[in-house]
Amino acid sequence: MVTALQVDQVSHRFELSGKPLPVLDDVGFQVAPGEFVALLGPSGCGKSTLLRLAAGLEAPSAGAVLADGRPVDRPDPSRILVFQDPTLYPWRTVYDNVALGLEARGTLKRERHRVDDALRLVGLDGFAAALPHQLSGGMAQRAALARALVNEPSLLLLDEPLGKLDSLTRLTMQSELVALWQRSGFTALLVTHDIEEALFMASRVIVFSDRPARVKAEIVNDLPYPRHRGDPLLAERRREVLSIMGLDATW
Amino acid sequence: MTTLDLTIPAAPRHAAIWPAGLAGAVFWAAAAAITWVWPAPDDWPYTVELAIVMALLAVALGVAGLGGRLAGPRLRRLGPWAIALALIFGSWELVTAKLGLLPRPFFAPPQALLEVYLDDWRRLGESALHSLALLGSGYLIGSALGFATGVAIGWSQAIGYWVHPVLRLIGPLPATAWLPIAFFAFPTSGSASVFLIALATGFPATILTWSGIASVNRAYYDIARTLGASPSFLVFKVAIPGAMPHVFVGLFMGLGASFSVLIIAEMLGVKAGLGWYLTWAQGWAAYANMYGALLVMAAICSGLITLLFRVRDHLLAWQKGLVKW
Repeated sequence: MVTALQVDQVSHRFELSGKPLPVLDDVGFQVAPGEFVALLGPSGCGKSTLLRLAAGLEAPSAGAVLADGRPVDRPDPSRILVFQDPTLYPWRTVYDNVALGLEARGTLKRERHRVDDALRLVGLDGFAAALPHQLSGGMAQRAALARALVNEPSLLLLDEPLGKLDSLTRLTMQSELVALWQRSGFTALLVTHDIEEALFMASRVIVFSDRPARVKAEIVNDLPYPRHRGDPLLAERRREVLSIMGLDATW
Repeated sequence: MTTLDLTIPAAPRHAAIWPAGLAGAVFWAAAAAITWVWPAPDDWPYTVELAIVMALLAVALGVAGLGGRLAGPRLRRLGPWAIALALIFGSWELVTAKLGLLPRPFFAPPQALLEVYLDDWRRLGESALHSLALLGSGYLIGSALGFATGVAIGWSQAIGYWVHPVLRLIGPLPATAWLPIAFFAFPTSGSASVFLIALATGFPATILTWSGIASVNRAYYDIARTLGASPSFLVFKVAIPGAMPHVFVGLFMGLGASFSVLIIAEMLGVKAGLGWYLTWAQGWAAYANMYGALLVMAAICSGLITLLFRVRDHLLAWQKGLVKW
């Protein structure tokens, strides 16, 4: 079976004022098509770098990243990254931001309806003409999701997409993202440092160490959807993850 | 529960009388009376005409002041200025024409200005048109080249490697320093002036465009690249729109620089334009003509900046909190 994403013994380093800074150390895992995998680890451990490698924005220093069995050597609209900041283009309306991918590939004229579909999917159909600075944080992040989904990606790379939202919006958006994933059938790779978020949303959680990031553990999180935040099994797994991360003393 | 009402209260229905308008009418009528009745040591031409203009202003303000509904909110905002201008023109008339307190011929009375506009409008208008044509060609060439250079060095490291040192050395040099060489090297003084104005405009346009391109959020490029954007899409749909706020600062600075180069070029080489008119008027000790030309110049410069700001407001409507000019 072809994996949606295969990370093979990937190591990566940056140059920081002339000195090498290793961020990923021999990382390896696989993601099956349609899976929702969370990459969990402390802030700044290198998880986001992993997403940039998977998106093809950078090449790993060592090892290989394969998507659908082919090596990732450049960005491609089938693998789309959603950032912590919505990074909407402030000079474009919501509609034009969502249409960006279609416009960039020259297919906007034929596929205008897809922009409307994506806006409806994230509940922004009334805000097509709004400018980004008029949106709330949650709405802006929804627009960023629509901008990704309009391209019908097979792999959605989510880099702490809910990290800057207030806690109530965050809970709502967690459920919405899961619903979107179930409806659309893409493979999702979510980077987060929030244990509850990872366990509530993902079907598998990969726990990383401090920088340079190594895979510490993999937890299969096979609870059926829709999930309930109060589920005792989630609490049990949360404790398990905390102990893996060495934070269980305060539990 | 109380709600906070942040709406601006609706403008009150205009009262039947506009007091500031009436006050303005009184002051302008006084200025007209001083101009007409007060005997002057010299017989200045157009004194009666000036008084008539002042009286007409007084009548217009009086009508608007009494029939308050005629005065909309825009006109009402000008009320205090109408009063202040009446005071300024009235006292100007007093200290120059009537009392002769200020030395002649350096300080001309208001009717002398009126005389310039009524008698010399043809030469003044031609000069203004010449200046506008020269400024327009120099500014458009300079800002277009500056913008293109700024985009090129902001985008391509290879181009930046060669252009940046040249820009750094030559750019800060005031364009007027090239004046002697330019008038010698170019076939006509007009083409030399276009070159100098383009140079003065081009430098800030280049630097600000470049810094605008450099300041575009890197993530915008990452996003466009993952969405399948071509390099030209990255330049024209990401880099340039993102740089536009900076570009307009550069165009604004360039416009200011182009004004001063224009006037200097016209004073020193070009035999037409408002700069030339100024030196010509000075040669004849026609100080009223100088003031008249200065006023026209001020109106043109201010008008051009207003035009630039209008274009900016239109193109950058997506920005929050733009400065109103």
